[in-house]
Formats: sequence, structure tokens, C-alpha cells
Amino acid sequence: MSTATIPDDPQLRERFTEIKPPLTAQAAVIEADRCLNCFDAPCTAACPTHIDVPGFIKRIATGNLRGSAVRILDANILGASCARVCPVDVLCEGACVMHRQNRKPIQIALLQRHAMDAFDASGELPPLLNSMGAPGPASGIWDSTKLRVACIGAGPASLACAAELRRRGARATVLERRALPGGLNTYGVAEYKLRAAESLREVEMIRRMGVEFRFGIEVDSASALSQLESEFDFVFLGVGLGAMQRLGIPGEESAGVMNALELIASYKTGHLREIRGTVVVVGAGNTAIDAANAARRLGADTVYLLYRRSESDIGAFNFEYEHAKQEGVQFLWRRQPLAVRPDAHGRLLLETIQVRQVDRALLPIPDSHYTIACDLLVPAIGQSPLAQLLEQLRGVKVRDGRIEADALTGRTANPRYFAAGDCVNGGREVVDAVAGGKRAALAMLNAAEVAAHA
Amino acid sequence: MPEPMPDLRVRNFAGAISSPNPFWLASAPPTNTGEMIARAFDAGWGGAVWKTIGEPITNVSSRYSSIDWMGDRMMGFNNIELISDRTVDENLREMAEVKKRYPHNAVIASLMVASNREAWHEIVTRAEDAGADGLELNFGCPHGMSERGMGSAVGQVPEYTELITSWVKEKARTPVLVKLTPNISDIRSVARAAKRGGADGLSAINTINSITGIDLDTFVPRPNVDGKSSHGGYCGPAVKPIALNMVQQIMADSEAALPLSGIGGIADWRDAAEFILLGCGTVQVCTAVMHYGYRIVEDMVEGLENWMRSKGFNSLDDFRGLSVQRVTEWKHLNLNYKIVARIDEQKCIGCDLCHIACWDGAHQCIHLDRVSGPVDGHIEQHAIPAAKEAESRASLAFTPVTRRERAVDPAEHGPYPTPLARIPRVDETECVGCNLCACVCPVDGCITMVRVDKGVAPETWDGRTKGAQCVTQPQNH
Repeated sequence: MSTATIPDDPQLRERFTEIKPPLTAQAAVIEADRCLNCFDAPCTAACPTHIDVPGFIKRIATGNLRGSAVRILDANILGASCARVCPVDVLCEGACVMHRQNRKPIQIALLQRHAMDAFDASGELPPLLNSMGAPGPASGIWDSTKLRVACIGAGPASLACAAELRRRGARATVLERRALPGGLNTYGVAEYKLRAAESLREVEMIRRMGVEFRFGIEVDSASALSQLESEFDFVFLGVGLGAMQRLGIPGEESAGVMNALELIASYKTGHLREIRGTVVVVGAGNTAIDAANAARRLGADTVYLLYRRSESDIGAFNFEYEHAKQEGVQFLWRRQPLAVRPDAHGRLLLETIQVRQVDRALLPIPDSHYTIACDLLVPAIGQSPLAQLLEQLRGVKVRDGRIEADALTGRTANPRYFAAGDCVNGGREVVDAVAGGKRAALAMLNAAEVAAHA
Repeated sequence: MPEPMPDLRVRNFAGAISSPNPFWLASAPPTNTGEMIARAFDAGWGGAVWKTIGEPITNVSSRYSSIDWMGDRMMGFNNIELISDRTVDENLREMAEVKKRYPHNAVIASLMVASNREAWHEIVTRAEDAGADGLELNFGCPHGMSERGMGSAVGQVPEYTELITSWVKEKARTPVLVKLTPNISDIRSVARAAKRGGADGLSAINTINSITGIDLDTFVPRPNVDGKSSHGGYCGPAVKPIALNMVQQIMADSEAALPLSGIGGIADWRDAAEFILLGCGTVQVCTAVMHYGYRIVEDMVEGLENWMRSKGFNSLDDFRGLSVQRVTEWKHLNLNYKIVARIDEQKCIGCDLCHIACWDGAHQCIHLDRVSGPVDGHIEQHAIPAAKEAESRASLAFTPVTRRERAVDPAEHGPYPTPLARIPRVDETECVGCNLCACVCPVDGCITMVRVDKGVAPETWDGRTKGAQCVTQPQNH
């Protein structure tokens, strides 16, 4: 495992207390008892990994906590982090039939966390599966242990892919360019939802399952690819998205401009402990909200979220928007940045203009210039693909910066390359990456089995 | 002028016992002392059966255990406590004081002494001298006392019951109630014996022999007394159906029927109304009071009054026993009465529990085929539930991250609050009208059982096999 660690910082823990604290044991049973145990449950159908939600919830009710956790892990090896980061309002909890009876939906995420916390405390590992998908040693018609797969990137897609391969006997190696595994789970999720340390704990479970990790590996040349191809049967691409897009305005290189993912990674790894003064975040997606909230909690007096369109156009989920309002983030609608420059006192002057929306077009309103003095400018307007690497991949097709891969199998145009997660879907949630990575693992096992019989 | 409230008074129950309402506390921990009973009367209880008086015993600890259900406590309750651990003198002195302070409330002395004539004669005289309005002979206690030849050891043998009842009747000046044990194959045999012995009334049922559960860490059943347990007496909401059945059996049997004080899982006015509908003159409550305190009687009184008012009943006699004759032997039921399930699409929340219950527990006639189109005919033409589940597990789902992805497609959703694909459909030609779907449906009034008149004359099994005419059941009380 990586020797890198994240220092425990009491100040960080205090400023980023969990927004959803865990259930007590009895509260969990009471909540689990409320679940109706629907047939072919809508919550399960809504989950990209199709966790058997009533199944794991009723196991909590009977006190079968290990069974509950295994049920979750069977479907979603990152059940612990998904319990904390999933936007459940638009997934399982949003689909709960209780809504239609004017009752509160079952708190599925908190129940899932309850089961996963207990499993983590037990120190156990998810059971191995045989080739038929049942628990037990890998055995059967063909020998899956001969299959070797490289998973590039140590984010959720690769972790899910590698874990699924391991559970079914294959050998999986995760290659990561950074010092720590977990991808956005470690570097990019707001700390009050998922602590970096918890993400690492989850990855540690996957390592103990027998997945190999190599850190500081940059796959950036033809020779690196050739080497991979000689060592592994398949290569899984779980590379995520590349750097954040730039604002494309003059002065963007100034000190004091830091993109949202950089800001989040810096505070989560202990490199940014304090923010003073005024912060302007540009953009209105979920990452922009995370960055704005983080700036508030790190000490910024005033945080503006500047968006060129209106409230009804924002990309963030409703509950994230509401959360930001509670954190004291102020919103500046229909305002566009024009330029930024440092002033004589080391601050930044951000020149902006009001725009009006005509159909989808944005037209500047004359004489509406306004300059905001700030200490930190945080662009957060989406991520651009890691195109450079992909161009080097033989035969893998890329469109609009996304790798083209079959949704059911993750298969790319090159039969030795599979892909899933943000680099394929353009940026969805952890649970989508897990689902894609798992499907790709099964597809690779299938392909290997077919090849073995050929 | 508002209508007068109904009269809940009990007059001359079993000949001579009166109380302001039919709600009595059963002989049990809530009636352990005069101080407790005084507080109960202040709270509104109509009567109290004193915790059984006899030679003082020594109790163990612990004494109780319970069954919880889906997070609710004490669905069933169990005890291994014996009769009063206080002296006869102490109990009777307090009884006299209570009776003096509360002359209009019923105070019944529950008695249990060794099975000899003199002992019974003596205790009867002393209890009546203390002012008891009536006597309840405890022939029902299922634990501890029965090992000493008392309690259910008497109540399980009709001859003993008859004999001891007749001894008591030789002395008693107040009404004598015999409390029956359910731990017997036919409760009517003992009820008849009590009646032959001269009893003026009955109380039923006492607690049911039980082991409530076993601690899965220590393997000791509950309640745990230093590593061992003993079978106890089961009561609480769980036993109500058993009690109702026994009450009905007694009241429908002319050789057994006597004024009856109903006991068994009564926790609210609804339960009480049911016991009275089966012929009870009063009802006795214990577990619910042990759970929530004497205060529950307020809603029992008000609820019963309001229900009686809504039904036009002025007194308890107006509805007592109305349901006794509505219970009959199976062979007299109408084989040609047909009902089918109807699902209210506006109320359905799409849990689909009716579908799986019908497929795995009934007759495979509730289907999830509103979108795919109904497939009538033989059941095997439908996808089995496991296939349906496998299909949705194999489907692709993703997080809707944009507003457009989160929008609901009205065409796919259908006209009801729940997506059409999740609203089950009843195949009425296959539905046997068993009620299971209505039982499992979590939404009130969503599934109703509707009569489908086939225009066929009523026919019973009895009638069919004897070739006789069907006996039409009374349609009105």
C-alpha cells in the first residue's frame, strides 16, 4: 500500500463535522423495521449497482449485521463510501414508496452505513465468489486465477472492477499516478460527507482482498502501454476526468486563483487549513457547492457563488443548493466574469458583468460592470477529459472527450481495453462508477472464459 | 340539545355486582395493594379484582419477559409471578378501606387456597366480611401454584372445579365467578363444571402456558432466574384472538354460558367492544396497564361511549352478545358467497407486496402486467416473480444528474400517483377471495374485497352433503 498518509487534523474534523451522523444501534433497528420490504423494490431498481436494499435492511432488523453488509458488498464493494456520498434523494430514497403514503422515506443511506460500519469494525473481508456468483473459493469449469488485469486509476471505477475480479479469483493490479488511492473519494468529496481517512480505510479492505496497488505510475507513453499489454491480459480504464476547465479570462494565472478540485484536495490532505476574507466560486454544479461550503468552513467571511445563468438552471442537486444556503453562501445570478487582476494589496479584483438570457444565449447588459474584490477565485465549471492519454490508446475510440464503451460490458473498440466511470459517462456519481467497473470485470471474466474454451 | 351519552354502567352482573363502567382491572400486579386500587379508581376504572389472596408466597426475580414485534414492545407478555406475597389480613384490611372509600366501584376478591372445604369456607367468609362485592376463584394460574395442587391444577380437572365451586357456594353470599384456564383442550368442559357447581359467573381467560424465548447468547429461556427459567403465563395483545374464541365457545354453549368477565389482550375500547359483542358483561385488563399505567382507561371509556353513540346503543345490553351467533361451524358457511380483490389505483403506492403474497402464499392471480398487457388464462403464462426481479436487477440504472434526466416521463408514468408498471392487477377469474392481499397491503382502503354476485342460491357443506336446504344466516342482529 502507499506509504503516504493523511494527518489527523482535529481542526479539520471540528470544522467539517459530519452532516449525517450515524444511527445508534436501536435507531437503526427501528428504522429498519419501518421498511415495507417491497417486492422488486423501486429503491433497488433505482440504485445503479442494484443493491438489494430491503434485503440488507431486513437483515439489520433481525440482527444479522454481517449478512446485511455482505448483501451490500455483493452488489457494491464501495458500500461504505456510497452510503455517505450518494445523492440518495434522486436515487434509492427518492424512489421509496413511502413518499406516496405521505411518510418519510426509509433512511437507506444511514442504514447502509450502519451495516458497513459494523462490518468494518469486525475486520472481516467480503467472501470470495465462485464462477457461478455464489460464495466460495473460485473453482469450476475454468481457472479464473490465470486472468491478469491492470486497472488504471485508483478511483471508484477501478476499485470496483479490481475487487470484483479478485472476488472471482482473477488477479487485479491498480495503477495510480497520485500518492493515495481512492480517486475523488479521497481527494474530491466534501469532508463533512466522507472523510479521506474513511475512503482510505475502504481501499485498505480491497487491498486485503488481494488487489495489488502500484503508486506513482503515470501511463503516458507508447512504451508504457506496451509494457502493460505484455504483463496483463486486459487493461481497464478508470481514469476519470482530467483537469478542471479554465475560465478563459485574462489574469487567470494570477496567484489566488485555485480551481475547485484543487481547493478540495488541498484541504482534505491537510495542505490548506485556513481561508480568510472573500472567496468567489464560479459555477453552480455540485463541485462548486462543495468548494463554496468548504471555503466557508475553512474561515472565509464571505463566499459568493457566481453563475452566468439563473437559479433554475443550476446543475447542483436541490439538496446541495439548500445546504449551501444554510452554510451562508451568497449567490450572484446571471453574472459573468470578464477579467481578474491583482491589486496593490495582494487581493484580486474580479471584473464582472450582468447578463440576460435570451433563449439559451447570454447577452451582456450595458453599463452593468461590477468589480468584486476577493482573496480567492475558484473556477468550478466542469472537468475536461484526459484526452492526451486516450489518444495514445490503440484503437480506443473517444468522442467529445469521453471514451466510447458499451454500457453493459464496458468494452471499448479495442477488445483488450475496457472502461467505465467518469471517463466514459462524462462525470456522474461514485455509485455509477462502481456499477460500471463491476460490469466491466464480469465482461472481462466472460471474455477470458470464452477465450479459454476457444 | 346534544344527545345524551350512552350509559356504560354495569348493573347486577352475575346477580349482584355493579360498577360505573365495564372496565375492571384483572387480578394481577396492578391490583396488588389498596393504595394501587384507590389510584386506579381515581383514574376511572370501574372495578378491580384484587391480586389473588391466599397463604403468602415467596416470589423469584426476575418474573417477566415479553415478545416485541417490529420495534413495538410487549406484543406478548409472560410472567412467573405467583399470587399475593402479602398476608390475608393485610389484603383484607386494605380491601375494607377501599370499599369504604369507593362504595360504587366493584371490588372482587380473587381467592386461592388449598383444596379443602374448610380452607375455602374460611377465606370466603373473611373476604365477604371485608366487603368484597364478589369472589373470583383462581382456578387458572398456570405456573408455580399448580405445582402445589392449586390454580390450573384445579381448573384443568372439571370434577375438582365443580367440587370446589360447590364448597364456595355453600358459604358465599356474594356472586361467585370462576376464572378459567385456557390450558385445556376444551374450555367448555370446565365452564360446564363450574356452572354445575353453582357458579354465578365466569372469568376467561387466564394466561396461557408459555416460554417466550431463549437468550441466544446464554441459551437460557426468559425470564432468567439464576440460569434457569420456568414456563410462565402468556398474555397481552398476542392472546386476544385465542381469548375471543374461548369466550365465544363458552357463550354459545347453553350448558356453560354464564355472565362472563372477558379477559385476554384487551388494551383499548375496540378490544373491549369485541368481547362484549361476544357476550361479556365486563372486561378485565392487566398487561396494557402494566405497560402504560391506569390512565389508559380514560380513552377506553370515552372511545366506547363514542362508538356506542355512533351506533345508537344506549347501554351495554344493547349490543352485548350480538356477535355470538355470527360464529358458526364451518359446515354452515355459504359456499356460494364469492368476493374478489379490487385495487384502488389512486391509493396504491407500488410496494407490490400483494403480488408476491398472492404468488407465494395464495393463488397466483395478482399480476404486474399493466404495461406489458394482461395475459389471462393459465398462470404459467406469466413471468414468475423471481424472473421479474432478475429482469430489473439486470437493467441499467444511472444517477440522473441533469434536470432533464430527473424529469418524469408522463407517458411512461401513467395516470396514477404510482407508475403504472408497479400497480398490480387482479385476475378476477382466478381470485379465490381469500383476503391475503388486503391483509398485507400497507395502505388503508387500497385493496377491498368486493362481492361478485353469481346469482347462485346459498349452499353449505352441511346442506350439500346432507342434501338439505341451506340454513340462511341472520343478516341483522
